[in-house]
Amino acid sequence: MSKGNDSRKHQNTANMKVVEGSYAVAHAVMCCRPDVISAYPITPQTHIVENLSQMVADGELDSEFLTVDSEFSALSVLIGASACGARSYSSTTSQGLALMYEVLYNVSGMRLPIVMNVANRALGAPLNIWNDQQDSVGARDVGWLQIYVEDVQEAVDATLQAYKIAEDAKIRTPIMVCMDGFILTHVYEPVELLDKELAKEFLPKFMPADILDPAHPKTFGAFADPFTYTEFRYQQFEAQQKALEKIELVAREFEETFGRNYGGLIDSYHAEDAEIILLTMGSVIGTIKDAIDAMRSEGIRVGLIKVRSYRPFPVSALRKALKDASVIAVIEKDVSIGNEAGLVTDLKAAFYNSSIRIPIIGFTAGLGGRDITIKDIRKIVEKAEAARKGIKSEFEFLNLREEIL
Amino acid sequence: MKEIRLHGRGGQGSVTAAEMIAVAAFEDKRFSQAFPAFGVERRGAPVMAFARIADKPIRIRSQIYEPDYVIVQDVTLLDVVNVASGLKSDGKIIINTDRPRDALKLDTKAEVITIDATKIAMEILGRPIVNTTMLGAFCGASKEIGLESLNKAISDRFKGELGRKNLLAIKTAYERVS
Repeated sequence: MSKGNDSRKHQNTANMKVVEGSYAVAHAVMCCRPDVISAYPITPQTHIVENLSQMVADGELDSEFLTVDSEFSALSVLIGASACGARSYSSTTSQGLALMYEVLYNVSGMRLPIVMNVANRALGAPLNIWNDQQDSVGARDVGWLQIYVEDVQEAVDATLQAYKIAEDAKIRTPIMVCMDGFILTHVYEPVELLDKELAKEFLPKFMPADILDPAHPKTFGAFADPFTYTEFRYQQFEAQQKALEKIELVAREFEETFGRNYGGLIDSYHAEDAEIILLTMGSVIGTIKDAIDAMRSEGIRVGLIKVRSYRPFPVSALRKALKDASVIAVIEKDVSIGNEAGLVTDLKAAFYNSSIRIPIIGFTAGLGGRDITIKDIRKIVEKAEAARKGIKSEFEFLNLREEIL
Repeated sequence: MKEIRLHGRGGQGSVTAAEMIAVAAFEDKRFSQAFPAFGVERRGAPVMAFARIADKPIRIRSQIYEPDYVIVQDVTLLDVVNVASGLKSDGKIIINTDRPRDALKLDTKAEVITIDATKIAMEILGRPIVNTTMLGAFCGASKEIGLESLNKAISDRFKGELGRKNLLAIKTAYERVS
């Protein structure tokens, strides 16, 4: 975990280049050497798959690129590919992820280690193409691992890490690498693109023990009656628990090879001595870090815990990292219509059976692309400070425009 | 940190211009970031793009509300968008226009720089694509990016004859405002 440092400071700028986030991620996918790619273009994911399609057409990437009629087909195609032992990749967002819903369960239930970048975007209706995280947070229960990244470099690095985590024989679980749509997919910033040879050393060939093979016939995901179904789910549950350790391990191994570390399950920024801790995931972290620096210089003891792994949910790591705070404010770009929002509910549940009794307030912010500024973060910190003396509002929509309601 | 906001119309290459600022600034050994004001871009519709330049890694991701510089690629935008919104009083706004400065209705204390980029682009490129010309003007008026770095960014992006002509457009605009 970085102690108030910024992982990018350790980078050698000589190897960095200003590129678009989508290109950087496509380049990272190329370095993972997928055998099969299938995706359906949808804003703001389009540039990722356009770049991959270009790389295949140019002979830079030796993959089967399968064009299909929908996201449902894209992920269904990969079930067959992955079950045959092919390293498989897709990318989608929003309505595309929603259209995949049935297939998401099939992939995780068949224990197929597919990696998918989700370019997080709002869901309709009303139609909205801008960023929030309702799409992937809404899919938290489908059995996929979920990593949320804060900048383009982390999106690149997490994509390579994702295959190593997913393909581990003890885990064999698909994974979504979630990056904020537009904010990270369309930004140009300095990035160190992965070195192909180093990536190859870090991520060896995919060699699953069980594959679809006519010489040794097997069935994947066919049928389970009430006598066996629970055990399938239990094993998936257990694999996600094992992933808690694996995600940490892969983060350390990645650091040894590439020199960058974003934390495994969680990361922290000035949280050690903080009275007020902000908890969040995704690209808003950069803005929060700048806000924290400004508030720290005014003597406000505020810090950040970043949730990197949302599934599995890092209960122990969060208890340890947050136990000494006076108040916690959760900021998230999703809402569970009917009961607050994903991250804040999960956090409260993680604390209930522990001895931790800290006031927790939740904010849904940045829905449908609404900008989150340093002023907004200050406003949240003020509300958190007030909540130390008693919570007035447990959960609220930040910057709600009362005048148009 | 210096913040730049670009106003243009869909199809005028505002996003590419922001990208070129980021590439050039990084070439100058500074850190940079460029991004569009994410919208449903249609040809001709008002669009914005943003760029940041700093001496340390840039973390902030919010849009730019109080820019140090504003670049306006099309003067007709002044009738529909408050292009000077939030512009710092010690900042600069660079506008592509053939009108005299005093004829422009602008609510700002910042320095107003005008350049007839369309004329330069038509003469050199033969097309009214002004983004590279406006980059030359930005470079000359602000000195936030080096001319050599900008030329390198443009040459890497536009090859051959097109690249050469764009460099000439940049040089012409740079000299006119310097």
